[in-house]
Amino acid sequence: MLKIDNVTKRFGNLVANDAISFSLKKGKVLSLLGENGAGKTTLMNIIFGHYTADEGSIEVNGRRLKASNPAEAIALGVGMVHQHFTLADNLTVLENIILGTEAIWQWRQNKKTARARLAHLATEYGLHVNPDSPVKSLTVGEKQRVEILKALYRGAKILILDEPTAVLTPQETDQLFATLRDMIAQGLSVIFISHKLGEVMSIADDVVVLRHGKLVASFPIAEASREIIAEKMVGEVVPAPRRQVMQAGDQLLGLENVELKGNSGHLLLKNISLNLQRHQIIGIAGVSGNGQKALSDLISGMAKPSEGSFRVKGAHISHFDPRDMIARGVGRVPEDRHVEGVVGDFSIKENLVLENYEDGKFSKFGWLQNRTIIDHAKRLIETFDVRGGTPDTIIRGLSGGNMQKVILARVLDNNPEIILANQPTRGLDVGAATFVHDKIFKAKAAGAGVLLISEDLEELLAVSDKIAVMYHGQISAQIPVEEVTLQQLGLLMSGDGFVASSVESNHAA
Amino acid sequence: MQLEPRLHTPLWMTLGAPVFAVLFVLILCGGLISWAGAPLLDSYIALFRGAFGSKFAIAETLVRATPLILTGLAAAVAFRAKLWNIGGEGQLYMGALAATYFGTGLVNLPAPLMIPFLFLVGALAGGFLLLVPTLLKTRLNVDEVVTTLLLNFVVLLLANYLLFGPWKDPMAMGWPQGAPIIDNGILPNLIAKTRLHGGLIFALIASVCIWVVMTKTKWGLEIRAVGLNSEAARFSGIPINKTILRTALISGGLAACAGVTEVAGTKEYLTLDISPGFGYTGIAVAMLAGLNPLGVIVAALFIAGIYNGADSMSRAMDVSNYIADVITAASLLMVMLAVMLTRMRVRFK
Repeated sequence: MLKIDNVTKRFGNLVANDAISFSLKKGKVLSLLGENGAGKTTLMNIIFGHYTADEGSIEVNGRRLKASNPAEAIALGVGMVHQHFTLADNLTVLENIILGTEAIWQWRQNKKTARARLAHLATEYGLHVNPDSPVKSLTVGEKQRVEILKALYRGAKILILDEPTAVLTPQETDQLFATLRDMIAQGLSVIFISHKLGEVMSIADDVVVLRHGKLVASFPIAEASREIIAEKMVGEVVPAPRRQVMQAGDQLLGLENVELKGNSGHLLLKNISLNLQRHQIIGIAGVSGNGQKALSDLISGMAKPSEGSFRVKGAHISHFDPRDMIARGVGRVPEDRHVEGVVGDFSIKENLVLENYEDGKFSKFGWLQNRTIIDHAKRLIETFDVRGGTPDTIIRGLSGGNMQKVILARVLDNNPEIILANQPTRGLDVGAATFVHDKIFKAKAAGAGVLLISEDLEELLAVSDKIAVMYHGQISAQIPVEEVTLQQLGLLMSGDGFVASSVESNHAA
Repeated sequence: MQLEPRLHTPLWMTLGAPVFAVLFVLILCGGLISWAGAPLLDSYIALFRGAFGSKFAIAETLVRATPLILTGLAAAVAFRAKLWNIGGEGQLYMGALAATYFGTGLVNLPAPLMIPFLFLVGALAGGFLLLVPTLLKTRLNVDEVVTTLLLNFVVLLLANYLLFGPWKDPMAMGWPQGAPIIDNGILPNLIAKTRLHGGLIFALIASVCIWVVMTKTKWGLEIRAVGLNSEAARFSGIPINKTILRTALISGGLAACAGVTEVAGTKEYLTLDISPGFGYTGIAVAMLAGLNPLGVIVAALFIAGIYNGADSMSRAMDVSNYIADVITAASLLMVMLAVMLTRMRVRFK
C-alpha cells in the first residue's frame, strides 16, 4: 500500500529524518514509535504532504507522491487524524465532514448524498455519531470518531492516527480498537503513532522505531516484547523507577466536604474529601473534564471553595492565592504546559524565576539580578538535564519533555512539601516520563506528599500508593493500589458507584 | 515552492529586512508619483531634502519626531501587556490641558523645577485618563479598544469647550487658543533659529528608561509575562490587574508627555491643532518598531521624516502630500511582512 523509500529531511543542520525506509501492507497496522523529537511527526507530515522530503520517495499504491501537497495525498487515499482535533465546533457533524470536499462554485450543498454516504460509512465501520448534532456537544471519543469518518469520507485507504488514545477512557480505547480491527478487515491500512506500549502490543502488526531521526528497528510485533521496544526507543535499557512502599506520615493536605462553584454558579466540585500525607502519592484518575481541573485550581490557589474546610499542614486556609500556596510549600505542575506552565516566548531563565522573581535573590528594589538568574538557570538546566537549552533559549523551541523538565525544576527547586502534578507526563516519551516519575519518587522519599492527576491508568497504577477516581465533580474513596483493578477503575470512571448528583458534567474542550 | 520555519534568523537579515522593505515601498510608491505626473527621481530627492537635507529640515523632522517618540512609547508599553490603548490622542490632549492649567501662571517655579513639574502633572493627568477604561477592563471586562478610542473625542471636545470658553486667551484676537505658558515653563531651545526644543532630550531619555524598565526590572518582567501569556502569569502568582493598571499609568503618562512637549516646547500655548493625530500615528510607530522602546526612536524619525519630506515634495513637485500617508501605511505593512519572512525559509522543489 505505502512504501517509504530512503526519505531524508533536514532542517538546517538538524537531520529530522535520515534515510528512512519501510512499507505498509494492505490490511495491516503499523505502529510508529519513538521518543519526542525522534522524527515521527516530520515523517508523517511528509507522507501527508505538509513537507517535501529532501531525498527519497513515497509511493502509495504504486503511485509516486510527487509534490508536497496534502490534496494529492488525500486523493491517493491517505487520511490523517491529528492528535489535536481539527473540527469546527460551531458546525454539525455532517457539515464538518463535508467541509472542504465540495467545489467552490457549487452554489448549494448537496447534503442528501453526503448524508447517505456518511450513513453508509458509519454502518460499515461501526462509527455511530448523530450527523446533526453540533460538534461542540460531542464527547472527546465521539469527536475522534468524526475525525476518522472525515478521513474515510475523503476516501482514505491509509489512515494515520497520531496518539489517538491520549484523550480516551479505557472503554473508549477498546471501542476505537474494535473499530480499527473492523477497518483492517475491510482492507484499510493504519499507521498508529503512540507512546503507550501496551496499546501498541495489542493492535499493531508491525513496529517501526525511530530514534534521533534514524530508523533503528523494524520488526513484526510477534518478535517484540515491551522491553525490547522500550530499549530500542531510548537506545539503552531504562530501569523504570519502582514505587517504594513507605509508611505515610502526618497530614499535609486535608480537604473536608469541599465544594467549588463555577462562574455561572453551578457546582464544579461536590463534597470532596481528601487526605494527603507525607511519603505518600495519591493518584487521581478520571476522564478529563470531571473536575480534575477544578481540584487542581483549588490546590494551586487559583480558585476559592464555596463550602468545606481546606487545610494545609494543619492550618486552615481562607485566602486562596497562588503566591500564598507556594509560600505554604505547595509545588504546582499545571495540566497544560503551554497554557499555564510557561510563557512560551520567555527564555528558560525567565520561566525559571516566574514564581519567585520577587525573592531577594532575584530582584532587589525592583531590579532583576541578571547574574544570579543566569546562574540559577544554568544550575537547574544542568541538574534537570534540560537538553538543547541555554539560559537565554526561548522556551517555545524546546520539546515537550524538556519544557516539562523546566517546569519541574522551577517547582522542585523550592523543595515543596505538597506537590500537585496535573498530567505531568502527558505527551512525554518513555525517557522523559521516567525522569518525571523518578523526581516524584525522590520527593516522596524526602517527605513530600504528591497528588498525581493523570488520565494514564498504567502510570497511576505504577506510581501511586492510593488511587481515587473523579466523576462529575465528585471523588471516590482512596483505594490502596494493591487492591485496585483496572476494571474497577474503568467502572468508577464511567460513574458506577457514585451517588447520582445534580452536578453537571463539565466536558472540558 | 514552500515556506518553512527557520530555526535561527541571521542578524544581517533582522536588520536588513526593514531597510529592504522600505526600499521596496519607495519603488511601489514611485508608481503613484509618476501617475501624479512628477519626475520620480527629483521627487524623491525633494522628499529627502525636505526631511534631512538641511539644518532646518533636520530640526523640523526632530521637532515632529519628539511627540511621535512619546506616543510611540505609550503604545509600545501598553501593547506589550496586551492593553490596547488606542487613546494616545486623548491622553496627549489631556497632558496639554494639564500643562496649560498649571503652566500659565497658576504655579510659578524656577525653570529647573517648573519643567519637570509640568511633565509630572501632564503625565499624571494622562495616566489617570487611561486608568478609567483600564479599570473598566479589569473590573467589568469592558473592551478597552472602544473606550480608549471614544475617550479621544471626549477629551478633544473638552479642549474645544475650554478654548472657546473659559480658557480662551483674551490677547489672542478671538482665536481659540490658551494663554501662553510662562517663561519658566518653556522648554529650552536646542539649536538657535530652529524650533528644536528640549522635548527631544526628554523623549530620548524616556525611550532609554522604558527600555531599561522593560528588560531589567521586575515591572518589565511582569508586563511582558502578562502580555505574552496571562494565564501562565496568573498561575505563577503575578498580580495581573495590578500590572495592567501600572502599565496604564505608564502608557497614559507617556502619551500625555507628548502633549506637554507640544504645548511647552513647539507651540508655547495650547491650540486645538497641536496634534495632527500624533496619538494615532504613535500606534504605527510602535508597530513599526516591533514594540521595542529603542526601535521607537528610529521609527519615529522615519515617519516624521516622511511627513516633513512629503510636505516639501508636494510644494516643489505638486504631488499631494497624502503620499506620506501612503508611504507610512505601506511601510508598516511591508516591514511587518519582511520581519515575518525573515523567520521563514523559502524552498523550491
